[in-house]
Amino acid sequence: MSEELQSREREGVIHPEVRARSDESERGPDGQRLQHAEAASKPIRADAPREPQPRGAKVKGNRPIDQAEAAERFLAAPLHQKAHDERLWDVRKKRDTAAHGIPEWEELREIASQIKAHTLTHLDTYLEQFEAAAKANGVHVHWAEDGAAHNRIVLDILQKHGAKSLVKSKSMLTEECGFRHFMAANGIDIIETDLGERIQQLDDEEPSHVVMPAVHKTRLDVADVFARTLGTDPDNDDAHYLAESQRETTRPLILKADAGLTGCNFAIAETGTVVTCTNEGNADLSGNVPPLQIHSIGIEKIVPKVEHLGVFIRLLSRSALGSPITQYTSHFRGPRPGTEMHMVLVDNGRSERLGMEEFWTSLKCIRCGACMNTCPVYRRSGGLSYGATYSGPIGLIIDPTFNKRKYSTLPFSSTMNGSCTNVCPVKINIHEQIFAWRKVLAEEHQIPLLKQGMMKAAGAVLSRPAAYRAAIGAADSALRVLPRFAVYNPANTWGKKREMPHAPRQSFHAWYRQNRMNKDGQS
Amino acid sequence: MSAREAIFARLKANRPAGDYPLPAVPDFAPLVGDDLVAEFAERLARMGGRVERAGSPADPFAPVRSRLAGAAVIASAVPEFTGNRDLRAAQRPQDMADVDVAIVRARFGVAETGSVLFTQDDLIVNAVAYLAQHLIVLLDPADLLTNIQAAYRRPEFGRSAYAVLHTGPSATADIEGVLIHGAQGVRSLTVLLLQRKIQAA
Repeated sequence: MSEELQSREREGVIHPEVRARSDESERGPDGQRLQHAEAASKPIRADAPREPQPRGAKVKGNRPIDQAEAAERFLAAPLHQKAHDERLWDVRKKRDTAAHGIPEWEELREIASQIKAHTLTHLDTYLEQFEAAAKANGVHVHWAEDGAAHNRIVLDILQKHGAKSLVKSKSMLTEECGFRHFMAANGIDIIETDLGERIQQLDDEEPSHVVMPAVHKTRLDVADVFARTLGTDPDNDDAHYLAESQRETTRPLILKADAGLTGCNFAIAETGTVVTCTNEGNADLSGNVPPLQIHSIGIEKIVPKVEHLGVFIRLLSRSALGSPITQYTSHFRGPRPGTEMHMVLVDNGRSERLGMEEFWTSLKCIRCGACMNTCPVYRRSGGLSYGATYSGPIGLIIDPTFNKRKYSTLPFSSTMNGSCTNVCPVKINIHEQIFAWRKVLAEEHQIPLLKQGMMKAAGAVLSRPAAYRAAIGAADSALRVLPRFAVYNPANTWGKKREMPHAPRQSFHAWYRQNRMNKDGQS
Repeated sequence: MSAREAIFARLKANRPAGDYPLPAVPDFAPLVGDDLVAEFAERLARMGGRVERAGSPADPFAPVRSRLAGAAVIASAVPEFTGNRDLRAAQRPQDMADVDVAIVRARFGVAETGSVLFTQDDLIVNAVAYLAQHLIVLLDPADLLTNIQAAYRRPEFGRSAYAVLHTGPSATADIEGVLIHGAQGVRSLTVLLLQRKIQAA
């Protein structure tokens, strides 16, 4: 290994060969390297030559997604896989730095989790309050039971206004609803305005990450997509050139759009406000430029009061990107003079999930993506390998609520290391829910034969929660109790490129009790 | 049954058992020192913005003179500067598409994050803060708050049709993590520290 690679290893880089020859990131007034928004803390660049971009899972109707097959293809593209792994691990480390800068971080997580638990268990009351406030603000409020209803409602609004084109900001809810495909079939031109989301739209691919939709693509892939769709120079892969090309080609579409739509990060019950958090300002363009304004809101996005934003805004971007706040935190409450504002409140399975004793707390999710960035499976297989709207650890516990058969294999795409739970800003017990889903799916015979074999072999530990909890309690990880072949089984493709970390013989808590506490339990 | 009734019926039927009270949010100690201007300037610089102190009373805009001199179209929402694009005369937001520099005043700033707040009244045309190529923000140092918690105690959020916190310029790093300013919105954001002449209502 060259000296240069060795020095990168000392920087805590996982793949020292993934490096840029130059640093193109923006710098501040005094020349310091900036790393706000989703910027990498150091240049990370997939090496040339061009390597075809691995594509996502092969979705075949209602048949179970073969995540392992797609992961296999991702691993077979080492330039992509290493850059992806390095990039997301870098974001995870930025998150740690940001979290450690706040003494009350753990208290904030606990409060956020409690606010969400309270709101979700009183959702009918707060939704009524939100609706009344929004109506008093002059907003048209709509209710949609599912994704199809959401799409029909929005189409109806557009048709009443004779609107033919719509600019939108990133929204996982509209991905859930299949919004773009539905509108295309109905002759409405949909334009994504977030750079990452636009890249994905132009490449006819779903977003692979909730915050960084095109994080699985290298600059060469983007240059290829833009050359094909925007007519850019196929040999120019300069990130500034590519971003500017998107700005210049999207701006005219924003200016002439008939309608604009945004998603919603938080909906405030007491004021009827929709809050969006973006770095590009594209939600503000979508909401403030076209003459017709629509906001799509998942009903679980409600928080009771404005003061609660003081908790969630501090957690969201720090957890997502390690940035203290997004560049734009926007509060849409009422229509601009002479224009209409519509809010569509969407259920799409959320009220059913509320009744699932082991899984309802997954509704606390604020879509920061921290669990994805920290997940070794996600980083080595890419978001598209999950073949679902939500990927990574949160996807494993949300996706089966939409379709138990199609997403029956996903809860097995986990090493059960629990890191997702540790970084979750609203303290969802993600890894425990992953385990609980395995149990549910096994009981309902939704598990394919191969995975059933793994389950049997893992035996008592995997099928009895008490034994499992005892196991992770003792080792901080299920790794030590899983038979080696269950971790390195061919079904778990993502295990191939790495030895599993050696689980400590003694958990931290046990060590702490033994070494740092005196006999009466005081530290 | 309407969609609304069906959703509410399921929410009531599926309400999880147990008592989940709304927690009180304590007042956390601000993570900034006493010099709010210095803290604000440092945090904003890290988010890609910059802070300038106003020039002499005769020429408060001196620090941003070069930016203004290079601009063909200037839209000003503040009485301290007369631009050449009248925001109040705008018929549609799209009229702001060719603005090079917009000058607006912030309601307040937040030292802990380097953010500034605008409402629809401060922007006159909301879209100008995104369609302009560059944004110059006037901020009275007396309007600096310590942290985001303090910001969310302000009344603007409960009564404005639109309220927005800007923290630096429009930014993206969607391509290989390379940070780029001017993704879709303004390419730069400069805060000019300048006292208010007239107190906001």
